[in-house]
Amino acid sequence: MLAEGLRKMFDKKAALDGFDLAVPAGTVCGLLGPNGAGKTTAVRILATLLRLDGGRAEVAGHDVAREAPAVRRQVALNGQQSTVDGVLTGRENLVMWGRLYHLSKRQAEVRADELLEQFGLTDAAGKRAKLYSGGMRRRLDLASSFIMRPSVLFLDEPTTGLDPRNRGEVWREVKRVVAEGTTVLLTTQYLDEADQLADQIVVMDTGRVAAQGTPDQLKSKLGGDRIEVVVRDADELPVAAEVLGPDAEVDPDTFRVSVAVADRVAALTRVTSALAARGVEAEDIALRRPTLDDVFLAITGHKAVSEVRA
Amino acid sequence: MRYAAIDSWIVAKRDLIHWVREPVRVFANLAYPIISVLIFGLVFGSAMNVFGGGDYIEFLLPGMFGQTIAFGIASTIMMVSMDADRGVTDRFRASPMSQTGVVAGRSIADLVNSSLELLVLALCGLVIGWSFHDGLLNALLAFALFLWLRFALVWVGIYLGLLVKPEAAQASWMFLFPLTMFANTFVSPELMPGWLRVVAEWNPLSSTVAAARELFGNPGVGGDSWAAQNSLLLAVLWPAVFVAIFWPLSVLKYRDLSR
Repeated sequence: MLAEGLRKMFDKKAALDGFDLAVPAGTVCGLLGPNGAGKTTAVRILATLLRLDGGRAEVAGHDVAREAPAVRRQVALNGQQSTVDGVLTGRENLVMWGRLYHLSKRQAEVRADELLEQFGLTDAAGKRAKLYSGGMRRRLDLASSFIMRPSVLFLDEPTTGLDPRNRGEVWREVKRVVAEGTTVLLTTQYLDEADQLADQIVVMDTGRVAAQGTPDQLKSKLGGDRIEVVVRDADELPVAAEVLGPDAEVDPDTFRVSVAVADRVAALTRVTSALAARGVEAEDIALRRPTLDDVFLAITGHKAVSEVRA
Repeated sequence: MRYAAIDSWIVAKRDLIHWVREPVRVFANLAYPIISVLIFGLVFGSAMNVFGGGDYIEFLLPGMFGQTIAFGIASTIMMVSMDADRGVTDRFRASPMSQTGVVAGRSIADLVNSSLELLVLALCGLVIGWSFHDGLLNALLAFALFLWLRFALVWVGIYLGLLVKPEAAQASWMFLFPLTMFANTFVSPELMPGWLRVVAEWNPLSSTVAAARELFGNPGVGGDSWAAQNSLLLAVLWPAVFVAIFWPLSVLKYRDLSR
């Protein structure tokens, strides 16, 4: 999957403004960014749902603008909302999609049963999909994307609105299909989701690529580990900040002070003894690797909308 | 082309399964015309005059058929906008299925649904005293005209459905109600004030209803205006005009959903 200089205007405002992307076959690319960064627009263009105003894009070896039908035979799209039909049973949903992908009735039924088995839905196959739990519906939706064993799968915020257990289930299914060789473009607002699933992360902001790399590369860009001190009392915050040095970041709401450090364990010892010497009894002192939240904040200057954390 | 036929049937089947499994909506759709027939036919009926004389129930039924057909557009708009809103339309478009299949499936399902409504309404009419008098063939022709109008409205409905959100689609009722009343459906246009009379006579729904009255041999046919005298011609032409305008518009809109 390849995109070069994608441009898309909505009412004279650029939703995509020179967006580039290269995803090697069989890998997962996480598109990360706040609402309105252009993630969904990028996916919709690559899935041949939107015409692009500039640039070019290739998916599964075909140009999305000139060879849209060829692209459509190779890709599957899983949008933000569930396209599962609640009135139909789980099996009927899959058979319907199989038929729309031009399988014969018999083939569609065989494939539906295979997928129900794979996605752990065999027991619920005959139940109407509206009686399914959120996670089951999502799995059914994913299963319907796999009818044709697509070479490219677009997942647009696949776990938005799911509880942690169901998110875990969806992640497991995604990992399984990636192991079978599917290329996945995943958009998400959840940093831990990208961390879990993606080989490569592209951070988007205002229609462009703000940063990209593997999750670890992005984290190390921030200058490695941070030491974090949590104090018991707001009065102790200034003292702790003084101990950590001039670059310390203070979060008065959580009584937390942190700073980037190069010498991990030595710094920990130094800070612990310095705090003890000044009579500050810390609630918690810890070394931690930066999270993608930190990366995001550092790159875009604003926090990601992240309601669920691992 | 073979796939277009299969795809449209599969899309239509989905809707038909919905109606069979959730018959509440079908009953709700049917309840309104049936109750209207009872209210207008049996309650107001004795106080109603048919211009040029004749039994009011005989006059009313073709009007009710017409209103039912026109109201059908509300369900088209609703279904189309819900599919677009839920991302179903996107998945249809991102799949290799025939692109005409989706819209063709929509019209098959809607036509089946409307035929059923006409049938139930006609049976209800026969019970309370409506009938057709010019032979079964002419009666079937009249029903064909209604379905021709319904087919045209499917395209209008698809276009509007792609244009609005489901919440807005619910408001279509507000416009449909007067549009079906400023017509010859319940009262002869001859009995309306001048300006409204012109509106009612040229209302496309009036042409179909007037043509149907003629074919059924029901009273209230005729009038001085050109539109009233050529209702059969207009009943064929009006829907053709709708199709000519809204078929390409909805196909364009469908292919290029910009959101």
